[in-house]
Amino acid sequence: MTHSRRTVLTALSATVALAMTGCAGGGASDVTGATASAAAGGDTVLNLYAYAVPKVGFDAIIPAFNATAQGTGIEFQPSYGASGDQSRKVASGAEADIVNFSVTPDVTRLVDAGLVEANWADGEHQGIPFGSVVTIVTRQGNPKGIKDWDDLLKPGIEVVTPNPFSSGSAKWNLLAPYAAKSDGGKNPQAGLDYISTLVGDHVKVQPKSGREATETFLQGTGDVLLSYENEALFIESEGDPVSHVTPPTTFKIENPVAVLKGSNNLPAAEAFRDYLYTPAAQKLWAEAGFRPVDEAVAKEFAAKFPAPSKLWTIDDLGGWPAVDKDLFTKDTGTIAVIYDKATS
Amino acid sequence: MTLDTTTAKGAANRAAPVAASGDGAKRRPPPLLRSASAGRVSGLTLGVVVLWLSLIVLLPLAALTVTSFSDGWSGFWAAVTAPVALAALWTTILVSAVVAVLNVVVGTLIAWVLVRDEFWGKRFVDALIDLPFALPTIVASIVLLSLYGPNSPIGVELNATRWGLIVALAFVTLPFVVRSVQPVLIEVDRDVEQAAASLGASNWTIFRRVVLPTLAPAIISGGGLAFARAIGEYGSVVLIGGNIPRETQVASQYIQQQIEIDRPVNAAAVSVALLAISFATLLILRFFASRGQEREEKAT
Repeated sequence: MTHSRRTVLTALSATVALAMTGCAGGGASDVTGATASAAAGGDTVLNLYAYAVPKVGFDAIIPAFNATAQGTGIEFQPSYGASGDQSRKVASGAEADIVNFSVTPDVTRLVDAGLVEANWADGEHQGIPFGSVVTIVTRQGNPKGIKDWDDLLKPGIEVVTPNPFSSGSAKWNLLAPYAAKSDGGKNPQAGLDYISTLVGDHVKVQPKSGREATETFLQGTGDVLLSYENEALFIESEGDPVSHVTPPTTFKIENPVAVLKGSNNLPAAEAFRDYLYTPAAQKLWAEAGFRPVDEAVAKEFAAKFPAPSKLWTIDDLGGWPAVDKDLFTKDTGTIAVIYDKATS
Repeated sequence: MTLDTTTAKGAANRAAPVAASGDGAKRRPPPLLRSASAGRVSGLTLGVVVLWLSLIVLLPLAALTVTSFSDGWSGFWAAVTAPVALAALWTTILVSAVVAVLNVVVGTLIAWVLVRDEFWGKRFVDALIDLPFALPTIVASIVLLSLYGPNSPIGVELNATRWGLIVALAFVTLPFVVRSVQPVLIEVDRDVEQAAASLGASNWTIFRRVVLPTLAPAIISGGGLAFARAIGEYGSVVLIGGNIPRETQVASQYIQQQIEIDRPVNAAAVSVALLAISFATLLILRFFASRGQEREEKAT
């Protein structure tokens, strides 16, 4: 009995030891492989974490970047999802080289986590390579006659907009009428009253991202979808039966891009980031429906992107740190509390 | 790594007696277990069962429960009784109950037809029953959405309604009742039915008084499994359900949403509630099943 027990123990510990060596060996060889190929200039792989809707832009930008001298041989592993969700994933350890979020606070989260340099927004365009405006998407031909923010509060109108706790799009969508009604934040109560009625009486679903909101709307839910102008242009170009109308007073959307300082492929990631601001890339963004930040390109596409009569910006409301703290912080932000009250 | 080694050691300790019993005539169970009525439960089997259940079931569930109470009892209670969470739980239970009843009726019928009737293509239909088990549930959702979604080719729009949920869940849980009733029905002694018929009992009476009592435990356990499965289902309802809070949002979707908006405690709390419901269902089922069996044994 004792003898055989010892035999089994020995056998088992041998197995465990073998398994452990096996693991360690595998890990080591993996690393070697990666270093070797990187040194050869072969497959540099950039992990891109982005919010949900710019996929259509990156699908055009990435091949164009690969065609440039700097972009040759750089592969991309893009991941798209709700902006806040993506940001939290990277903050909690997902391996990313470059990030593109819908809203700046999602980058700030990474700065606070020590993953992105604090000066990431110091460039000429403050880290924003493209943007859009908040727009109203309706069923084809606009059967309910929706033209402006007040029309959303008509009885029986159902509005689809994502959940601001996961989606960046949702924050822009709520900021637009808030800025319009509060006269750029001068009369916050008027803005909050509007949001309260909108969220309480007209918003029934809470999709997690701008993209999912679009899917929900296209599957037949709601009369109105609040979204990025680029998303509206995209679904119209896909032939879906929708129309869009940009209200006379709306909000400027600015979508930041940042490079992670701990990236294994920092030069490649920085090259890609810088490429996004080149006229060639700016044109591709514009063609994909995003408003370019390069002035020359913007002029060229002026007909495609009509200027609203009043365009509020995040700076008009005091900048993202203040807006995020006062309006969107869980349990204390005024809009966050309204949204939670209406949806829980 | 520490965990791995301890586990391996534990397994080794448990493994030892059996290896011993393997090498010859000393096939004697340990004294403690020898008296067990179930017969031969060796230390190894018991060890493996306990280890496996701990690693796969008990430890994760314990971790989940701990998370759900990380804001204290009041936090847990607030999370579970938030109106939208309650609505999601209620929708889940309601829809699952309807689906279970539906399955009990239709599943028994299908099993009956498959056992008692002969028709062309029977084997094919029999194989078809298991398809919902083999198919990824998201595929079911896509199929149902294209059939019952907007621009439905047959003019029936069920997406974003509770009927849509019921159809999706009925599809996924179809095999449970059929597959638990079928074998029992095959074993049923038909002489008794013939005797009843010769004594003048009508078909309905024969079914009610002779066949049904025999099938009851199988039907109940099949229905219960379908219910428990429907409660936790996610993939098949994700597209067709519409995920409308207070209307068609089921608990699993609510949990997913809470994770996405960074409220893991709420997600864990509702998960624990869901778990408790499932466990209670299964427990009640076992009770009924064993009582049915006892009655059956007494009868014979």
